[in-house]
Parts: sequence; structure tokens; C-alpha cells
Amino acid sequence: MSGAVVDPAAPLTPTGNLRRRRVFSRVAEFGATGAALFAVAVLGIVIYTVVVRGASALSFEFLVTGAPTGIAPALVGTALIVAVATAIAMPLGVMAAIFVTEFAGNRVAGVSKLTLDLINGLPSIIIGVFIFGLLVANRTQSGFAGAIALAIIELPLIARGAQEVLLLVPNNLREAADALGVARWRTVLGVILPSALGGILTSTVLAVARAAGETAPLLLVSSVFDGKEVLLNMSEAMPNVPVRIFQLSEEANPEGFAQAWGMSLVLVSFILFASLGARAMHARSRRKMSS
Amino acid sequence: MSATISSAEPRAAATGGGRPRDWRRSADRFGDGLLYGVCAFAALLGVVLILLIGYQVVHGAAPAISKFGLGFLVHTTWQPNFGVFGAGSLLFGTIVSSFMALLMGAPIAIAIGLYLSLLAPAGVRGIVSPLVEMLAAIPSVILGFWGILILAPFVHENLEPWLHDTLGFIPIFGSPETTGASIFTASLVLTIMVVPIIASVSRDLFLSVPRDVQDGASALGATRWEVVRGVVLPSTASGITAASLLGLGRALGEAIAVTQVIGAGAAINASLFKTGDTLASRIASQFPGAITGMHIASLYYLGVILLVIGLISNLTAQWIGRRFDYARMAAK
Repeated sequence: MSGAVVDPAAPLTPTGNLRRRRVFSRVAEFGATGAALFAVAVLGIVIYTVVVRGASALSFEFLVTGAPTGIAPALVGTALIVAVATAIAMPLGVMAAIFVTEFAGNRVAGVSKLTLDLINGLPSIIIGVFIFGLLVANRTQSGFAGAIALAIIELPLIARGAQEVLLLVPNNLREAADALGVARWRTVLGVILPSALGGILTSTVLAVARAAGETAPLLLVSSVFDGKEVLLNMSEAMPNVPVRIFQLSEEANPEGFAQAWGMSLVLVSFILFASLGARAMHARSRRKMSS
Repeated sequence: MSATISSAEPRAAATGGGRPRDWRRSADRFGDGLLYGVCAFAALLGVVLILLIGYQVVHGAAPAISKFGLGFLVHTTWQPNFGVFGAGSLLFGTIVSSFMALLMGAPIAIAIGLYLSLLAPAGVRGIVSPLVEMLAAIPSVILGFWGILILAPFVHENLEPWLHDTLGFIPIFGSPETTGASIFTASLVLTIMVVPIIASVSRDLFLSVPRDVQDGASALGATRWEVVRGVVLPSTASGITAASLLGLGRALGEAIAVTQVIGAGAAINASLFKTGDTLASRIASQFPGAITGMHIASLYYLGVILLVIGLISNLTAQWIGRRFDYARMAAK
């Protein structure tokens, strides 16, 4: 640069190589923005289709009657299966999380986290095959088997979520309780869990949203039903929304398609509202934690 | 943060005489032990579950494993009526569809991660981030249903002919079939499922790259792209690999949506526009109707293959991810 004569009047615009680099950078920025727009557009198209096609199938009758006109049995079945699954998975998940954050050493905690992540990463159809072999083979399909399968899917989600919140609980709360001579179990149940409750509920709601749409395991363990009337007996195969959508989508029947769109709309709105609610709850509990 | 330590308890312990305190101590010891035991049981359950799943699936597959052996992996005939089973074409379909999904999905997802972490204004980020995550929340059965009725006709009438006309000299872009159900459509649906997973992980990774290193690069005259290329991507490479493997694991194991759009073909074809089938989708489509023992055992065998592939991709992702953690900790 030393010998170059700089013309002070020259405009400060890049030329040559720098110009090329700037243009390339611009193009890359556009590419990244385009990718984000693309993802949002795909979501928009899917949701739009489900809403437009589903809305025409929705009616009061659709929600409260059984097959062939309505989906009430499937709604009740899904609600029951998911409720039982959550009732099983939530306590176990929270306790596993407590063990990892409050009791276990680093090594044991690592193993526990690893197994939870592995379970989370298992294809859900494998969990279906497992439960089929364990509870359905040589017996009959049942809503209860479906609930256990969904509980296995929810367990790692709840446990990992709970672990993260438990780690956020400030350590000086534990130290304060120790200093007061409070027993460990009282500290955990009386101090740590209440302050982590918001986060635990958030991850539970997310797990419920995930389980509600899970199809593969239920296809193997709770799929033989006629869906004519509401069933409350969980020892029989229970009608449920995801499997019904799958069955209807495999038949080339326009009326079935219309029903499947209607069920999709109900399922998607439940899942989206649950996720949004969990997100809002998460933001709130974060704020409370940090203040 | 309001800690709810019941104020009555310590006082009771302090004012109580000898006996209540003893009682209390033993109650506390009992409570501690109980809570520890229950929690340890819950944590142990995960380990037991993994082992039990492995045992159950292998146990179910035992007749097929002893009959077909490892040749099962390469034989391509699958004829339940004749008791002949082989997973060759399914393995092919699984690998092709998943890698296609990763090939298309990973660059898009990483670009989204870059946009969300480095480019987007805070307001836009707050809206787009949850939307991308919401894409992951859509149940696969609905995505698959949308896939057959909306995506497949579009692919069949527009995308496939166009690709065939422009790139038809490459055998993978053969002539379109009678319907849109194909490995290609399945890959597209899998791409939609893989993108949000990789995008949200890579966004978090990029956000963790220290600001001052990036500013340093900019101060040296690097353009925005050069900062990304020279600083952000290299320092997160292993994390991105782990995220992609997680996405791959998801794509390999997806059963329902793939069953809906892949068309359940039996043969191995060079063209992506032909039908095919994957391990997971074969289990989903045939398990409920399988009657003969060998058919069921063979489906279990597919499960064993899927389990092994899934565990390997997950463990590798964990391993790479963990190494990445250590590298970052050492750097601090």
C-alpha cells in the first residue's frame, strides 16, 4: 500500500476481487434467507391444506358420533391412551431426572442420559414391535399396550426436559436447605421440585403433543377396531386418531379422505396449541427462574 | 423465585425433645432411602428398557435369523406366500431415501440455522424459529397423508417430468411412473421431517460460537460469508455432523409417512421415480396382516436391522457430540 497513490476523490466502492467477495457473500445471505422462507412456506402449505380441507369435514356431528359419520370413539381413545401413557411416563421421567441431577455421580448420570437419548432416538416402529412381542403376541391388541408404547416414547422427552430444569434450580437453594438440616428427600420434594414444576410441566405437555400424533406403535398394538362406538375398556384395541387417519389414507375413498382431513385438522390444532402453550409456559418459567 | 421451605419443620425439630427427634431422624433416613431407591429404579428402567427391547426384537427374529442368516441382508426376494424373505431391496430403499433426504435437507437446514443465528433480526427470529420447530411437531401420519394427496400429484405432474427432461441422461432421473408414489417423493417427505431437527440444533450451535472471534474475522476484512466459512462452520463442524446423523437416524426409522408415499415396490431400480420400500415401512405395512410364523419372524428381523442401524447412527452422533463438548470445554 505504501507506494500507491490514493485519490481522495475516488468513491468508496469496492472493485475487482473485493467486489466479487461482497457479491458472493450477498448471494449466500440470500440463500440462507431463502432456505428459511422455504421452510416456513412448506409449513404454511401443509397447515393451509389441512385447515382448508379439514374445515369442510368438521361439524358438531363429526365430533360427537361414531363411525361412519363421526370420530368421537377415536378422539376418546386417543385421549385415554395418551392420558394413561402420561400418567405412567411423567412420574418415572421426573424421578429418573431427579436421580441424575440430585443423587447420581457424573458417570452414572452420563449412562442414564445416554440410555434416555438412545430410547429417544429409537424408531417408534421398533417400540411398536417390542410392545407387540411383549404384550400383544399370543394375546390381543389393547389400548393398554398402546399406552405403554406411548409411555416409552414420552419417557425420555419428559426425563431430559426435567433434567434441564432441575439443573437450572439455583444451587444455593440446596445449600440453604442443607444448612437448615433439612433431609435430602424433603429438600427434593419441598424445595427443588416445586421450583422446577413449570419446566417439568412444559416438557410433559410437549411429550403429550408428540405422543398424540404417534402412529407407528399404535398401528401394531391397537389398530383392529370398527370405531362405531366409544370404548372405555382399555383391554381391547381402542380406536384412535392417528391410526384411523393412516387407515383412511390407505383406502382410495374420497369420503374417507374428507374424514381423514377433518381428523388431521383436530389433531394438528391440538398439537400446535399444546406446543404454543408449552412455549409460553417455558418463557414464563424461564423469566421466573432468572429473576 | 420463592422457595417454599415449610417454616414449621425446622422449628419442630428444634423444639422437640429427644424422642420426636429420633423418630424424625429415622423417618428422614427412611425417606432419603426411599426417594433414592425409587429414583434409582426409574433411572435404571431406561437401561433395562433398552436391553429388553433388544432382547425382545432379536428373540422374535430368531427363527428368521437361523433360517436365512446374514444372507437375508442381500437377498432381494420377499414373497410371504412362498416363505422366502430377503431384506436387500428394503435396505437399498432405506439407504437411498434417507441419504437423499439428508442430501437435500442438511444444506437447507444449515442455511436456516445460519439465517436464524446470524442474519435474522431479533423480531423475525422470534417468529421464524418456533415456526421451523413447529414443522417437526406435525405428526408423520399427517405429513404422509398430505404427501400422497398433495405432494405426490405435484411431483408426478411437474417435478419429475422436468427433472427427467433436463437431467434424464442420468439414470436416476428415469421416466415418471403412473402415480407420484416413488422413492423420490418419500425422500421429499423425509426431507421435510429432517430439516427442522438439523436446523434447530445447528442454530443453537452457531449461537454458541463466540461473538468476538467472528468480530475479529470481520475486523480483518472478511465478508459475512467468509466469517461463516472461515470461523463459524469450521468451529461447529463436528456438532453439525452429529446433528445430521440425528436427522439421518430419524429418516432411517420413519415408517408411517414413508409407507404412505413410497408405493411399496419390491424391486431395486436405478430410477428414483420408481416405487420402492424401506425397512421401517415394510414393518408398518405388513406387520398388522402377517399370519405365518416365518413372515412375522422376518419382519422382526427387519426390526433387528433397523435397531442396529438406528443405535449405530445415534451412538455415533452422541460420540461426536460429546467430543465436541470436550473440545469446547478445553477451549474455555
